[in-house]
Amino acid sequence: MKRQVPLFITFFVGTLLIVSVFSPPIETLGEDFSVFFDIIAVFAFFLGGGNLLRVHLTKISRRKHDWAYSIVTLVGFVVMLWAGLFKVWNEGGIAASVTAEESLFGMIFNSVLIPLQSTMYSLLAFFIASASYRAFRAKNREATILLVAAFIILLGRTAFGTMLTAWMPSSLSAMEIPNLAIWIMNSPNLAGQRAILIGIGLGVVSMSLRIILGVERTYLGDDGK
Amino acid sequence: MTDGGRRTRLTVVVLAACFTISIIAVSVSGQSETVSIAPADTAIAVRPPAPPTSVVAEDYKYDNAKHLVLSWVPSIDDQPGRTLVLGYRIFRSSGGGAFMPAGSALPGASSFRDERLSKDSSYVYYVAAVSATDTVASIKTQAISPKREYLHLDLVWLFVIAFCISSSVIYFIWKARAGKKLFVRKIAGLDAVDEAIGRATEMGRPILFIPGIQDMDDVQTIAGLTILGRVAKQIADYDTRIRMPVSRSLVMTAARETIKAAYQIAGRPDAYSDDMVNYVTDEQFGYVAAVDGIMVREKPATIFLLGAFFAESLILAETGNSIGAIQIAGTARPAQLPFFIAACDFTLIGEELFAASAYLSGEPKQLGSLKGQDVGKGLAMAAILLGVLSVTLGQAFDIGFFNWLADGLSTIFSAAVE
Repeated sequence: MKRQVPLFITFFVGTLLIVSVFSPPIETLGEDFSVFFDIIAVFAFFLGGGNLLRVHLTKISRRKHDWAYSIVTLVGFVVMLWAGLFKVWNEGGIAASVTAEESLFGMIFNSVLIPLQSTMYSLLAFFIASASYRAFRAKNREATILLVAAFIILLGRTAFGTMLTAWMPSSLSAMEIPNLAIWIMNSPNLAGQRAILIGIGLGVVSMSLRIILGVERTYLGDDGK
Repeated sequence: MTDGGRRTRLTVVVLAACFTISIIAVSVSGQSETVSIAPADTAIAVRPPAPPTSVVAEDYKYDNAKHLVLSWVPSIDDQPGRTLVLGYRIFRSSGGGAFMPAGSALPGASSFRDERLSKDSSYVYYVAAVSATDTVASIKTQAISPKREYLHLDLVWLFVIAFCISSSVIYFIWKARAGKKLFVRKIAGLDAVDEAIGRATEMGRPILFIPGIQDMDDVQTIAGLTILGRVAKQIADYDTRIRMPVSRSLVMTAARETIKAAYQIAGRPDAYSDDMVNYVTDEQFGYVAAVDGIMVREKPATIFLLGAFFAESLILAETGNSIGAIQIAGTARPAQLPFFIAACDFTLIGEELFAASAYLSGEPKQLGSLKGQDVGKGLAMAAILLGVLSVTLGQAFDIGFFNWLADGLSTIFSAAVE
């Protein structure tokens, strides 16, 4: 029974949502279920916040390795919660918008959180450089093709690439580096991406059917055997 | 001013109200002649615009009796060069009541979809062309009520395609249940799972499992958790440590249940702890910072990155690479796949992520579903090949059959995609 009830709910709701795509009277069912999900997710915030507090309070109380960082986390959590809940420094008081710029919440968000996010995001530039270096090493035939294609695209997106082949006659314009770059992006690259997308679509259908039909039960902690 | 040797006096009269310029030419002898200059745009500015014509209200097809569509021929003063009309206002009378504004449309528009209607009421409309000074109404439409349709016939081709693929998946699951041996190609990334878990066990280091940054309503997260179930069972068998920081509370509870069940199946429920999975933050880069910190401090031997990833994919994968962990990644977001391929040891590309759980289980009925997927691939390949051939031959030789075929395929797949 513990297994059968969730399996029945999954089958019933899954089938209903598939039918809703083809039947106008229940066409909004998918959106309605999304709203239900959002409501459940809001309540789950309490679980997340509670877990965060428990994990870091335990770490501090037991003086685990790097416990001092947990104090920073907890102070940040509590201050943001306090500033947001009580609308600290909001001009309109408790009725004002929580994201008002002059409020403490808004100030911390704009002056601390956004710069920190930008800092993390900017790391991506350095990681792209190191990953590209590894990916473009011409170790074998595939890597060499990747290197050549990447080189053409990089050059094609710069003024230098345009300048390099500007002397070519118009009859050979297809061989100009910017045009080659466009061709690589629009033809082989797009075709490859679409092939992956078709595979993803089929994979989603197959996996959804496995779950709806109860063949895949791992999420219930059942290996199906 | 001279005109052929004659002196001429000009009087320019500007009629401010209609912006028509009249020039009265008077010769020296006193004879006068008036010439009016009335450019089209300025001349019509004073009169009301012509109303839109042929206003028709129709039922909006394939809906739940909530919409009507209004169409009209734009006013003759709403054309390039004759831009007297500033827009249209749509008025609606419900159940014989007074006309109320129902919406507006920009100049050049010729249709409007009215929403949130009821099938129990009848509606009459008119459309008014609006100029700077006037609002001129069209004639009224016939009374009409929205109708309810029970089937979306525009989606018939989508239904046919979905039915074919779903039927083939169910057919192969049934065949596999009946005992038919099925061949499934090897997926290197999944064959490496055993090795990766074994390595972490031998090194005495934890395994880090990252299920992406989306919630449980994303199929990629579910795919990640189904793989977690298989991985957790092995982890329980080997008595390896697992760390799973998550960015969504619901994923935390689902992952805990999955791991707990895997430990129970492995016969070691006492070894399970809620601390294996912990919530970090919903914030994308806050989560990245926390996970990067865990990687650098705890130096896991194996990292699984399976789920929905965005800009954080490369930051996580490169940090994992820098600490020398074996990394098995998989996502269905094509834009992130190159990053994983560059930075990870094994990458599950798109559909392989969804096939992983079935592949790892080794159960015939699960593998059967993968075989059914291949039928869908075969259909897609046949359709692409047929489409390319028909368009090429149709355009090169102008053969009617190929043009008809190309148009037919385009109709089928456009309708399915929309």
